[in-house]
Amino acid sequence: MSAELFSVFYQFADVFAFLILSAAGLAIVFGMMGVINMAHGEFIMCGAYVTVGLVNLGVPLPIAQILAALTAGIIGMIVEFLVVRRFYKRPLDSLLATWGLSLIVTQSMLLIVGSAVRGIGTPEGSFAIGGYTFSTYRLVLFGCAVAVLAGLYIIFMKTRFGVIARATMQNAAMAKALGARTGRIYSISFGIGTALAGLCGALYAPTMTLIPTMGATFVVESFVTVVIGGANVLLGTAPAAVFLAMIRMALNASYGQIIGQIGMLFAVILIIRVLPEGLSSVLVRRGR
Amino acid sequence: MLKLLDGPQTLGRGKIFWSCFLAVLAGALIYPLLADSYDVGNFAYFLIWIFMALGLCLMWGYGGMLSFGQTFFFGIAGYGYGVLAINMGGGTATIAALVLSVIVAMIAAGILGYFMIWGGISGIFFGIVTLSATLVLAFFLGQTAGPEWHIGPARLNGFNGMKGMDPLTVGSFDIEGSALYYLMIALIVIVYIALRMLVNSSVGNVIVATRENPQRAEMLGYDVRKYQLLTFVIGSGLAGLSGALYTSWGQFITPSSIGLPAAAMPIVWVAFSGRNDLTATLVGSFLLLFGFQTITVYSQQAALVLMGVLLLATVMLAPQGFVLGIGKLVVDWWTRRRLRDESPALADTGRLQSDET
Repeated sequence: MSAELFSVFYQFADVFAFLILSAAGLAIVFGMMGVINMAHGEFIMCGAYVTVGLVNLGVPLPIAQILAALTAGIIGMIVEFLVVRRFYKRPLDSLLATWGLSLIVTQSMLLIVGSAVRGIGTPEGSFAIGGYTFSTYRLVLFGCAVAVLAGLYIIFMKTRFGVIARATMQNAAMAKALGARTGRIYSISFGIGTALAGLCGALYAPTMTLIPTMGATFVVESFVTVVIGGANVLLGTAPAAVFLAMIRMALNASYGQIIGQIGMLFAVILIIRVLPEGLSSVLVRRGR
Repeated sequence: MLKLLDGPQTLGRGKIFWSCFLAVLAGALIYPLLADSYDVGNFAYFLIWIFMALGLCLMWGYGGMLSFGQTFFFGIAGYGYGVLAINMGGGTATIAALVLSVIVAMIAAGILGYFMIWGGISGIFFGIVTLSATLVLAFFLGQTAGPEWHIGPARLNGFNGMKGMDPLTVGSFDIEGSALYYLMIALIVIVYIALRMLVNSSVGNVIVATRENPQRAEMLGYDVRKYQLLTFVIGSGLAGLSGALYTSWGQFITPSSIGLPAAAMPIVWVAFSGRNDLTATLVGSFLLLFGFQTITVYSQQAALVLMGVLLLATVMLAPQGFVLGIGKLVVDWWTRRRLRDESPALADTGRLQSDET
């Protein structure tokens, strides 16, 4: 019995980790600046490529993954400085600008790197409970997703930066009048968002084929999680991921991945009819 | 009725504009007589996509709804045409397949639009929900390679795409080559004129009023949701028309014409051209398609990089669109010159209008 229960939890954890890791970066950027980063998938791709490149050079996997996340974060801050910061007053245009960027990056990668890059295998290691065997790495991913949420909680709720960031989120003009450097806050937030995207790519790099268009496999999940999660990462994205993971897990188990994805999309379309501002609006209202 | 052709919502009016329009149309009609049939077929291929661009222009430029789902409806109607044409047999039934597949796309738009518009989502979320639907459809069709994925005798065939449907046919006459070209020209003229009349009519004024300020339009007594849904259904239906014509043109369709990067193309065309005007979209989309096709022959990736650069450049340098901006500059220069001839003192008034560009 406990083996079946654990198996259900394992499947849930797998989907949950995928949703949280792919959506967290997007949600932070959206929550802080109201910008949807259409190049999110490309930052994920960047993280994956840097990881694989470093591992092939002989760097141990965990260190390569951390370096990959940092690289994506730094590139993100550069992109913010060059492009995104011009569009904080025009969120729709920021969507187009980052989409243009995404096209440029994906297709240039196809031109330069080509489609074949030697991948790295999923780290070995499995354990058995009852009659079932489970991959350890999948549980590591779940642990990372929980750690990301915990880390964000600490950064945004317990540090000085977090207080200023939340003030900027609520009322940027007032925060600026009180002396907060909102420009720098935005820049750092965008960096954190893209670093998380890079981390997502780094963590999933060992489990999938590396192609320049791999970002597209993450964007649907990250979009729908952010759409029903709304602007608040901790109160929106996390519950949204729990909810979507349950739907997805149930459908995956009986009908396979693609029906799971379609079902998730239908659920999201039904939810936006009822809760247009996302789950976080409900939770925040309850909290007050 | 004809009064609606010229109105506040469309640029280009008066004798000069319509003379140019007729001259271009005449040139387009004579073209197949001068060029060889391969070029005519290629030309017809560019024209296929114009409907999709005009539909997006209506939704985004006039209705303020940025839909990233043009290729979603393109795909539904494209696959719809294939399935229907194969199941109903060839011959004149293909015309029915074309009409029905566009209707199917419009019904899909009605359902998706209902949930989004009545749910009150707009702006950014409208874009990413439509894009999510598009990508999911592309993923779904991509994994339908097995023989169990079929509708009647029509196999979906996964990534390799569906093929084997008949082209548009009347009786025993296949509409291909020049005939298809003339059909496209006729359809484009009809759609262009009809859209001009729509946006200049009272319905069009409500659509534009909703774009400008939904609350205000609602306070004036209009149920803006109905107008938004109408705009969305028409705009998406035009994407469907493109899809059905595309399948009929090449007798195949693959999931790659739905997913990324195909989904970004209509956005690039319309943004580059100038989303606020139908004529600018028509001209700009055609120019971009022509340029894209020329470069694709050498390298598809390079052509797509260029599209990305154009999108980025448009948003950063000319958010209203390049073709529209250049068009306005030319018109301003022209009027200013005439004003200067008539009365030098008024020469500066023209400058007020050019600020937008």
